Amino acid sequence: MTQIELWMVMLLALMVLSAAVMVLLVKNHIAAVAAASVVSLGLALLFVLMRAPDVAMTEAAVGAGLSSLILALALRRLGLWRVDGVKTQVNLIKAKGEGHQDA
Amino acid sequence: MMPEISLELILYTTALGLISIGLAGVVLSRHLFRMVLALVIAEAGANLMLVLAGYRWDAVAPILTTLGEHPPMVDPVPQAMVLTAIVIGVGIQALAVSILIRIRQRYGTLDRSQVAERMDAEIADTAGIPRDVSQESPLGERPLPSLPDSTVEIRGGHS
Repeated sequence: MTQIELWMVMLLALMVLSAAVMVLLVKNHIAAVAAASVVSLGLALLFVLMRAPDVAMTEAAVGAGLSSLILALALRRLGLWRVDGVKTQVNLIKAKGEGHQDA
Repeated sequence: MMPEISLELILYTTALGLISIGLAGVVLSRHLFRMVLALVIAEAGANLMLVLAGYRWDAVAPILTTLGEHPPMVDPVPQAMVLTAIVIGVGIQALAVSILIRIRQRYGTLDRSQVAERMDAEIADTAGIPRDVSQESPLGERPLPSLPDSTVEIRGGHS
């Protein structure tokens, strides 16, 4: 274990956890799907650092690629595909007001 | 750099954090699509936990390059299982999304409490029985009957 590896793992862990929080808190549904994809991608990089290259390949292809594709197509089918999320409700917190922009 | 922060500590914290964030999202979400996303996150955390079970920091990837003596390797068995679990996870996700599409077609909304309300109403309507749980007409007697005289003083007197 080298020091640079420790720092990389720490940064990746921070990225994954903050993206996971972002999935639940962000108002726009497309942004939530993108944040879930970021979680998957960071997890794939963590798998590379954990000496599991085959799992990393599968996670990057299936978890970040196919899963985001399925979710995005489902968003279109569900009628939630809106680029501006002003009218949609925020998930866990009550919606503040009309002019409140999403993060 | 503090020496007590080790690689395993960071990775276990990440895995447990992902699992708890995902479970909290499943429980607390008001929108059904966010519930599916939270399920995906919890599953990713479980995958990380499984790979972490076979991890050693001084080992190499489990790929044999020479036939003779080889350095210590990480355990490949959890990795093989996680490989299956990732694919199964995408299958679960597609199933959940298809169920969401049917719910949307049938009830016209994806808000969790509204969907539960309409589903309850439809079930009670189809079976021809009164709903046992409803916000408008609760099942028990309302308002509550008055307290017996012997316990009035204990609970703070007449109202």
